[in-house]
Amino acid sequence: MTTPHEPGPAPLIGTAPLIGTAPDLRTAADRYRRMRLIRGFEELALSLVKSGVIVGGTHPYIGQEAVAVGVCAALRSDDLITSTHRGHGHVLAKGADPKRMLAELAGRATGLNRGRGGSMHAADFSRGILGANGIVGAGAPIAAGAAWAGVRQGSDRIAVSFFGDGALNQGVLLETLNLAAIWRLPVLFVCENNGYATTLSAAAAVAGSALGRAAAFGIPAETVDGMDAEAVLAASISAAERARAGGGPGFVECRTYRFENHHTRDRAFRLAYRSAEEVAAWRERDPLKLASTLISEDERAAIDAEVARILAEAREFAEASPAPDPAGACDHLYADGLRPRAGAVP
Amino acid sequence: MSKLSYAKAMNKALAGQLEADPAVCVFGEDVGAGLAGLTLGLQERFGPRRVVDTPLSEQAFASLGTGAALAGMRPVIEFQIPSLLFLTFEQIANQAHKISLMTGGQASVPVTYVVPGSGSREGWAGQHSDHPYSLFAHVGVKTVVPATPSDAYGLLTAAIRDDDPTVVFAPAGAMAVREDVTWELGPVPLGEARVRREGADVTVVAVGHLIYDALAVAEELADEVSVEVFDPRTLFPFDWPALDRSLARTGRLVVIDDSNRSCGIGAEILATAAEEMRLTAPPKRVTRPDGAVLPFALGLDRALQPSREQLRHAIRAVMK
Repeated sequence: MTTPHEPGPAPLIGTAPLIGTAPDLRTAADRYRRMRLIRGFEELALSLVKSGVIVGGTHPYIGQEAVAVGVCAALRSDDLITSTHRGHGHVLAKGADPKRMLAELAGRATGLNRGRGGSMHAADFSRGILGANGIVGAGAPIAAGAAWAGVRQGSDRIAVSFFGDGALNQGVLLETLNLAAIWRLPVLFVCENNGYATTLSAAAAVAGSALGRAAAFGIPAETVDGMDAEAVLAASISAAERARAGGGPGFVECRTYRFENHHTRDRAFRLAYRSAEEVAAWRERDPLKLASTLISEDERAAIDAEVARILAEAREFAEASPAPDPAGACDHLYADGLRPRAGAVP
Repeated sequence: MSKLSYAKAMNKALAGQLEADPAVCVFGEDVGAGLAGLTLGLQERFGPRRVVDTPLSEQAFASLGTGAALAGMRPVIEFQIPSLLFLTFEQIANQAHKISLMTGGQASVPVTYVVPGSGSREGWAGQHSDHPYSLFAHVGVKTVVPATPSDAYGLLTAAIRDDDPTVVFAPAGAMAVREDVTWELGPVPLGEARVRREGADVTVVAVGHLIYDALAVAEELADEVSVEVFDPRTLFPFDWPALDRSLARTGRLVVIDDSNRSCGIGAEILATAAEEMRLTAPPKRVTRPDGAVLPFALGLDRALQPSREQLRHAIRAVMK
């Protein structure tokens, strides 16, 4: 009835002493490098969707890189995040290996989730990434629970819940804001407002505002330019350190824009919910352009070349990796290795 | 000799696990006051940080338990009414249950959801009288329905220690039961059925509180037919080998199940027995009607629940 189960994740509870910026995102060059990595990764993913290496498509993060990197730069390695269906940026910003991330998207056994999660469920518990999520708003209470556990365990780690403007209308998010506020949980709520829940504009969908939601629960909140990683970082450090010191949750609304469609599948539809002018105006404010102004041209060129190498290796790794054995399609369904009955009896 | 009540048994199990493992904690509405009996006295004993009163935010605190579990805790979540499982089906079936597979085994979610008083409580009408254990068995969430106080103790203990999400249904129809316990209470492994009465002619699988009806009918018909009463205790994973052994002896099967008829666990038991086990007569099941919504008036409420009368008929039908 049972089969051996592979070992579980390493214990999450860490005691890294560093406060403030993540060790690998300390400088503007580090942050540019990570944003370039995310951009390049997403472009590579688009081409691999087109060529059929990635099945099922992706929700491209292109245009929003400053949010993931700005927020994660304010975290410690033992801090935890929950992500969204548009989660590649968060996962890479928090430090997941791009090789294993790309292998996951390609459904390979070497992927972060051994090919069981794919684009919408990528997770890396060794990096504090508790998972992207296919249901809008669903990660918020999971982050709050992880934050609650940290307090119980005597840790000063915090948890970040990334979500979009679409989640502002999900009941469970509002319930979670309330719980986090009454229990003063160390949660950073990051609203990545890219203006559209799939095709419905936030203007048409959201009564009141993101900040109004936070204010209603007494949660300190601010809106920042989500195309500017440095502005996101500054707001995140302030909210994260307040939460870490026991000051309760914080809320940062990052105004941003996705340059691509909601999902790769939508490319075929030529949807007209956004004007070409609007897209072009936001593209003018490309977060990578903005970040590159903080470093020298030589530095930028060197980083771009380095990232290109990393992505070439990632592609090679993913494409060369084996697909998971179909005989193991129900592996990992239960932590104790319980084997469910097969769908057909011989 | 002390008589152990069902609620006291669950209370003891919870206290035992809170005592044994600092990662165990309880979330729920009115758990501090102990409104449902399950948590009576536990907040005074273990403090409000381990026995946590939650606002009326079932969806949020259901998933908050998931997040806490992912970070090393072992939460027990009490839902006061069974229909709250419909409200939190997303958090249990679509989040907690799927995380182990979706992460490729990186994480497990050791959360226990408890419903003290599932099924009809008589007079609580349409939205407080459901018994949705078959839904959880269908999606593959570990599901237990203890019929006796000692099983309630043992299965709740095992559920809390288990590394996967587990739903514990404590049937309202069993919660008034008191049991003479002359042995030391211990955990009851998930997935192990128990034969409550041995018999040679027909196996009656009775879920939860319905074992008492099955035992009464078996006694009543003792001169006529030898009935084996089979208590699955855990509905998922179901103890199929034990059912196979029972049917190898009797060859006849009746299921009495407080689910709605279509796609209820009774349907699954009949189908599996028909496909894989020895049956010498067509099996029968006694269930709620298809799509039942329990009406308020007591006579209407009872009219839709599986009855002893229906069970007698079913046993006689398979004996023909």
